[in-house]
Amino acid sequence: MTATMRPNISACPACSAAPAAEALAEQAAQKDVRIALSVPGVHCAACINAIEEALAAHPGVQSARVNLTLKRATVEAASEVMPEELVQVLDRIGYEAHELDAGTLSATETDKAGRELLMRLAVAGFASMNVMLLSVSVWSGAADATRDMFHWISAAIALPTIAFSGQPFFRSAWAVLKHGRLNMDVPITLAIVLALVTSLWETSLSGEHAYFDAALALTFFLLAGRYLDHRTRAIARSAAEELAALEVPRAIRVEAGEERQVAVSELAVGDMILVRPGGRMPVDGEIVEGRSEIDRSLLTGETIPVFGGPGQAVSAGEVNLTGPLTIRATAVGEDTSLHRMADLVAIAESGRSRYTSLADSAAKLYAPGVHILSALAFVGWYLYTFDMRTALNIAAAVLIITCPCALGLAVPAVTTAASGRLFRRGMLIKHSTALERLAQVDTVVFDKTGTLTAGTPEVMNLDQVSSRDIGIALALAQGSSHPLSVSLAAAARAAGFESAQVEDITEVPGYGARGCWQGREVRLGRAAWVEAPRLARTAAWLRVGDEAPQAFEFTDRLREGAEAAIAALKDAGKDVYLMSGDSTPAVEDMARRLGIPHWVAEALPADKAARVQAMAHEGRHVLMVGDGLNDTAALAAAHVSISPASALDAARVASDIVLLGGDLSPIADALRTAGSAIRRIRENFRIATLYNVIAVPLAVAGFATPLIAALAMSASSITVSLNALRLR
Amino acid sequence: MNILTVLIPISLILGGIGLLFFVFTVRSNQYDDPEGDARRILSDQYDDKPKQ
Repeated sequence: MTATMRPNISACPACSAAPAAEALAEQAAQKDVRIALSVPGVHCAACINAIEEALAAHPGVQSARVNLTLKRATVEAASEVMPEELVQVLDRIGYEAHELDAGTLSATETDKAGRELLMRLAVAGFASMNVMLLSVSVWSGAADATRDMFHWISAAIALPTIAFSGQPFFRSAWAVLKHGRLNMDVPITLAIVLALVTSLWETSLSGEHAYFDAALALTFFLLAGRYLDHRTRAIARSAAEELAALEVPRAIRVEAGEERQVAVSELAVGDMILVRPGGRMPVDGEIVEGRSEIDRSLLTGETIPVFGGPGQAVSAGEVNLTGPLTIRATAVGEDTSLHRMADLVAIAESGRSRYTSLADSAAKLYAPGVHILSALAFVGWYLYTFDMRTALNIAAAVLIITCPCALGLAVPAVTTAASGRLFRRGMLIKHSTALERLAQVDTVVFDKTGTLTAGTPEVMNLDQVSSRDIGIALALAQGSSHPLSVSLAAAARAAGFESAQVEDITEVPGYGARGCWQGREVRLGRAAWVEAPRLARTAAWLRVGDEAPQAFEFTDRLREGAEAAIAALKDAGKDVYLMSGDSTPAVEDMARRLGIPHWVAEALPADKAARVQAMAHEGRHVLMVGDGLNDTAALAAAHVSISPASALDAARVASDIVLLGGDLSPIADALRTAGSAIRRIRENFRIATLYNVIAVPLAVAGFATPLIAALAMSASSITVSLNALRLR
Repeated sequence: MNILTVLIPISLILGGIGLLFFVFTVRSNQYDDPEGDARRILSDQYDDKPKQ
C-alpha cells in the first residue's frame, strides 16, 4: 500500500525540518541516523535474533534493536544507509518490513503520563505494604503505647504518600465538582480524605480504629485500574501513530527543471509536482505532462483504472499506475477533496458521542448512592449517640467499605484482557468504548474494493485463451509494472506457459505495451488502444496483427479470510450488507461469490452514510467495515467501524478499530470476544455489588473494623481481576 | 518490645530500597518491551553485556 510512498532520503526527524536538502545531505554525511522499521511478522525469540543479526550485518549499521511488544526495529546507522535497503534485507530473510516516519513516532517514545502513573502506583504499593504490616500487628493485639506508636508511624507514611499518589483522583474530582457534577472520583476522594482525617483524629485520641491502611490500599487498587486503562490506550495510540508514520508525507516538486523532495505541507497552488508510477497524488491538481493510468479505487470504489493524460483533473489520494505524471496543484492542504470529506465525518460523528459507557452509567447510579448512604449513617448515629467521633467514624467506614475499588477495576481489567487478545489477533482497538459498542452489533456493512478484496487483480479466463496468445501476452506483460501485467505474467508463468519471442517491446504509458512478433505488430493494453469493445469488468486486450482482439478478464482477488469472516458473521445471526461505489455487475458478482444477500452498487459517499444512518434509525447497531475515502462518512456514522491498515489515513482516523494484518477473519472473532468481555464486565459489577451488599450493613450498624474493611476491599478487587482473566 | 526500634526502621529501609530500585527500572526504560525481554532470555547468543 504505502510501500511506494517511501522517501528517498533518510527519515530522521531533523531531516524534514532542515531548510535545504543540500545542506542536509552534507550534514547527514557526518552523523548517524536512526531508522525505525515496522516488522509486523516478528513473534518469537528466534525472530529477534534473526532480524537483529541480519540488520547488524548490513554495512553501515551500528546497532539494531527489535522491540517485540511494538513489533518494531530501531536501527542506528550511518547516513548513507537507506531505509529501503534495510527493508530489502529483512525481505530476504522472510520478514515483511515498512519504513516508519521517525518524526511522527517520536511522540510515542516518551509516554510521560504512563510513567507518572506507574511511579504513583509504585509509591502507593510500597506504602500500603508497610502500613499493612503495622496494621497486622495492631489487629493481632498491640495495645496502648505500642498501638499509638504504630498508628503514628502509619500516619507518617500515609499522609505524604496519599498527597503524592492520590493526585490523579483529587484533580479529576475537583474538575467535575467545579462544574457541579459528580463522577467516580468524587466518592473516592471523599473516602480517602475522610478516612485520613478520622484516623488522625482517632490516633490523636489514642483510639482503636485507624484506616490508614484502607486509604492506602484504596489508592493502590484504583491506581492499578487507572494504569491498566492507560496502558491499553497507550498501546492502541502508539500503534495508530505507527500506521500514520507509515505514510511519509513527502512530494517531489519540480522547480526550474530540478526535482526536489519537500513536505506535502509546503506545497502551494500552482506548484509543479512529479508523481512517479505507484505514487499517490499528494494534492488536487491537473495533469500537465505525461500519460498514465490512475487507480481511483480508494476514493470511489471503482476497480477499473482510468486513463490519465494532460488536462485531466486528479484528486489527492488517487494512485498513479504506469507512467510518471507532472501535475499542477489546484488545491492544497485543507482545500483538497480529501480534506473536504472531513466535514461529512464531523457531522456523522456527532451522533456517536451520545453513547455512555458502562462505567459511566454505573458511576451515575453509584456516586450519589454512596454519598447519601454515608450521610444517612452519619446523621443517624449522631442523633442516636450525640457523639461526633462515633458518627464520623462510621460514616468513614461506610465510605471506605463501599469504595469503588472493584468498580474501578471492573472495566479496565476486562478491556485490557480483551484488547490484548484482539491485538494479538491483529486488531487494534482505538476507541475506549469500541468494545462495548462492538458487542451490540447486529448488522455488518462491508465495502467492496480494498476491504473485501485485496486490491490486486487476478486473471479469470486463462484457460479460454490459446497458448500462442498467452505466450505473446506473457512476453509483453513481463516487462511492465502495471498491476494487470504483473498479475497476468505471474498467472501465466504459474500455469507453465513460456513467453514467445517478441522483439522491440516498448511500453506506452497510459495505454499498454507493444512489440513485434514474427514480423507482426502485437499490442497488449486498454480496449480503446487495441480497438476492442469495452467490457463491464476489468480486462486487458491482446491484439496480434489484424486479428480480432483477445480479452484477458480480471477479477479482484478476495482478501484473505473474507469468505470465512462472512460465513462466521452469518452463522452468528448478523445481517450482512455489501455497499460499494463500483459498477453493478462487479458488485453483484462479488455478492454472489461471498453469499451476501443484500448489496448496493454505485453508492456515492453520502449515499453510504445516509443508508447507514437510516439503518441506525431503524434501531439497528451497524458495524461498518471500509477502507476508502468514500466510506469515511459511513464509518463515522456507524455504531462501530473497522478499517484495514491499508486504508487511507482519513478512513483509519474515522474508524474505531483498525485491522493490522491483511486477514479479515478476526472480525467475527472480535464480535465474539467483545460479547464475552461485556458479560465479564457485568459480572464484575455484580460481584462488586455483592460485596457491598454484605459489607455495607455491617458498616452502617457500626460493626466494621479496619480489618473487615481491608478484607472486603482486597477480596473484591482480587475476585474482579481474576474474573477478568477468565475472558476467552 | 525494644526490638521494634530496630525492626521498624529496618523494614522501612528495605522497602525503600525496593522502591528506589523500581524507580530506577522505570527510569532506564525497562518496561518498554516486556514481551521482547521475556523472549530474549531464551536466546542462545551470549554477550558480555545486554544490548541497548
